[in-house]
Amino acid sequence: MTQELVTVTIEGAQVQVPKGTTIIEAAKQAGILVPHYCYHPSLPAPAVCRMCLVEVEKAPKLLPACVTAVAEGQVVHVSSERAKKARTGVLEFLLINHPLDCPICDQSGECELQDYTFQEGRAATRYRDYPKRYNPVEDFGPDILYVTNRCILCTRCVRFMDDVAKSAVLNVSERGDRAFIGIAEEQLLDHPWSGNVVDLCPVGSLISKDFLHKARAWELDKTASICTGCSQGCNITIETRDDAVVRLKPRPNMDVNRHFMCDTGRLDYRWMNRGDRIEAPLLRQGTKAVATDWDTALDRLGQLTGGSGRAVILASGRASVESLGLVRAMLDGFDVTAAVRVPTGPEAPLAGIPNLALRSERAPNVHGAERLGYTRDWAGALNAAGTADLVVVLDASLDAEEEQRLQEVKGALVVLGTVVADFHHRAELVLPVTTMAEENGVYVNRDGRAQRYMQARNQAGMARPSWWIAGEVLAGPGPDADAPATAAQAFEDVGRRYPAFADLSHQSLGWVGQTLRETAGTAR
Amino acid sequence: MGFPHPSHPGETVVLSKHFGDAGARTHAGWVERGGYEGLRKALGMTPEAIIEVVKASGLRGRGGAGFPTGLKWSFMPKDDGKPHYLVCNADESEPGTFKDREIMRWTPHALIEGCAIGAFAMGVERCYIYIRGEFTEPWAVMAEAVREAYAAGTLGDNAMGSGKPIHITLHRGAGAYICGEETALMNSIEGRRGNPRIKPPFPAAAGLFAMPTTINNVETLAAVPHILVRGAEWYKSLCKGNPKSTGTKLISVCGHVQRPGNYEVMLGTPMKELLYDMCGGMRPGRTLKAVIPGGSSVPIMTAEEAESALLDYEGLIEKGSMLGSAGMIVMDDSTDMVYQIMRLARFYAHESCAQCTQCREGTAWTTRILERILSGKGKESDFDLLLDLADNMTGTTICVLSDSCAAPVVSGIRKFRGEFEAYIRRERAPVLELA
Repeated sequence: MTQELVTVTIEGAQVQVPKGTTIIEAAKQAGILVPHYCYHPSLPAPAVCRMCLVEVEKAPKLLPACVTAVAEGQVVHVSSERAKKARTGVLEFLLINHPLDCPICDQSGECELQDYTFQEGRAATRYRDYPKRYNPVEDFGPDILYVTNRCILCTRCVRFMDDVAKSAVLNVSERGDRAFIGIAEEQLLDHPWSGNVVDLCPVGSLISKDFLHKARAWELDKTASICTGCSQGCNITIETRDDAVVRLKPRPNMDVNRHFMCDTGRLDYRWMNRGDRIEAPLLRQGTKAVATDWDTALDRLGQLTGGSGRAVILASGRASVESLGLVRAMLDGFDVTAAVRVPTGPEAPLAGIPNLALRSERAPNVHGAERLGYTRDWAGALNAAGTADLVVVLDASLDAEEEQRLQEVKGALVVLGTVVADFHHRAELVLPVTTMAEENGVYVNRDGRAQRYMQARNQAGMARPSWWIAGEVLAGPGPDADAPATAAQAFEDVGRRYPAFADLSHQSLGWVGQTLRETAGTAR
Repeated sequence: MGFPHPSHPGETVVLSKHFGDAGARTHAGWVERGGYEGLRKALGMTPEAIIEVVKASGLRGRGGAGFPTGLKWSFMPKDDGKPHYLVCNADESEPGTFKDREIMRWTPHALIEGCAIGAFAMGVERCYIYIRGEFTEPWAVMAEAVREAYAAGTLGDNAMGSGKPIHITLHRGAGAYICGEETALMNSIEGRRGNPRIKPPFPAAAGLFAMPTTINNVETLAAVPHILVRGAEWYKSLCKGNPKSTGTKLISVCGHVQRPGNYEVMLGTPMKELLYDMCGGMRPGRTLKAVIPGGSSVPIMTAEEAESALLDYEGLIEKGSMLGSAGMIVMDDSTDMVYQIMRLARFYAHESCAQCTQCREGTAWTTRILERILSGKGKESDFDLLLDLADNMTGTTICVLSDSCAAPVVSGIRKFRGEFEAYIRRERAPVLELA
């Protein structure tokens, strides 16, 4: 079925868009931003802020671009004198009761009211003779404050809760310029996805307590990443200040998470900043573990993995496709039992968006691991570890009983770890590896979609990605060895070894990922 | 008639014939007075024929916009398999307007009959009558009348024994002016906040409960039975001015006239005749200064404009104003125009639904400027500011509440600038003290 296209001219640029497209979306296609507040592509459009009024030739009035569908031959002016005057007027009205407390406002620097006012607002106010409206700050929920005075009543938050979360706890209370966002009596804004209202708020009215006064927006470095909270694979941005992760934000991906992420994922970043990291390779010498250099450590690892017999890999569900694939390949001489740990929790769907939920599988790469020959049979793998000739722990977090069992294994124990644990005393080798925030890599979500994440902060000490360690061992010793030097190369190496990832590259996955072809027998 | 005053010979009494006649309130009393003949006749006609008669009569919406009623009815889709609705807008809240209140108080069955005819003509599943929250007495009268109409079999699954179902439900508002705007009214019936909706979609495509809906004013529907009984030609003949404005219109006159009240006149009647003959003119020693002819939302007219205007849709547009709901506010030379305009602005600032930025902030800001001028702190620059705000508030919002606030400011400054200047130049003592 082909969609009927209409041709419109926006700011002199001709675009062809499907019939029914709104002017604001057609303008995007032409590379033109129509300033707006209440409109959001993942919410129903109410056309209340009136910021997106544009001049359409032959229409007597200015029309709201967010709800007006394009028509064949339409000529739209976004920057005509009339449209500009209307926007300047709206900005002036929005500002008369806005506190201008930008110096202490978390939104400052990423505020749409600031941005558009700089572009087209009045240089000075004409509202000089009256006090601004005052209302106290409200505590809306576990992580959300409502700074009433800054609110521009765009109602994005109300519509998110009504139409997307389907939990109508927010409302517009009162009328006229006394209006504010109200919360239902005896209710809290504690829906598992409620943090999205902070992102949706175009000004600093709904703010996160977790992020409160942590950083100014312009101090943040932003890195495209994937949430590690569950197997949904929400696309996110990791935001760092001076190399510390201070905030996670959803990154739009229309096929995975649209513009949203859940609060569990949003607040799950403190482990990325842990200071108790393993910073150098530790080699067992008698009863002691001594810090050593990578050459020595890799030589020892080569000896250990050069043997044969039975090997067990106990891996974290957060390990990348690259690391899981190459670490398993490194043990090719053995009869390998490999498992990933999959923590579980209650599922929390976002009712208004199909196929979007906080999943009960609370690990980002379980489905990637399964395609690389890992199973979820954690207990079985632990049992097998007891008598195996070689046990490799790939950054798996273990409880006290599991750690005890690992202290009692008969074979050699190798740990590729991020933080120190007691059972490491028993290991032949403890190798410092990067967290996902410190490396590039690929995860496969529950729908078989392979998605890239990028390095957001520097690695701790001498830590290296696990794929680098395995790649070095696989290539053998010596300066001429052809080991992968980047995650992209490691990924292609995995593709040569595992059919599920054949013919893919970081480049082909792009920024939104790609669904894997299902191959018969996902492991090789 | 100018109830509670006796009818004036200049009036053409159709809708108001039984105002003040308590016997007309009951079902039996209404039938005795010839009521429900229009509905009986309609039930024997085809829906298309009824719509044709209403079209031919030239009846236009009495709520303010003046849209041809028959044409509106014909917009309802046919055989689309969806439930259709008729909504009667009885949320009469426009300052200066009190005609629908009297229709419901004295002749509730006239409205029920009109609703029933409309419901049958448009094949609606149910007619909702949305009654203003503050209308306690009309509400009680209407509730009793609907109960009686069901008990008498006039309404129900077998209306008047015709085998056809006609159902009416009353819905009571909660006191928001904006719920008189037709789409806000529908939101209110649905249990939502009474905010106007974006159009399109128009109600005939997706109105109440997102189904095809027609919404008519009380006075419009109350006129329909008379048209069916006495014919479209008769109704069309009730015209003194422009032939596009036919029938009688209830004019609610309040303010500085000797006899305020509702007056029913043929459209096209000179306003001078209404003011000076029927209403008895100004109070002794006073002269006319200004008239707001169509409810508070229409531009203010000067005495000269008012005295030369004809009371019909076209006549008032010609004089720069509108017939609107015909709630006429008459002001004599004792009136402080700046104060009156501030009161209007304050009303709109209070009633703005707060959706659109220009309206939410603009109505309140406009009010504050006017209050400041009245407190003796006005500036010459306030003229430009008020007019620029009014320009930003006009034609830029979802509904016309914002425009309605701007209109009297613009017409007030244009026509009564001297009164503003008197405050601004401190020639006149301040009348307000700002907190």
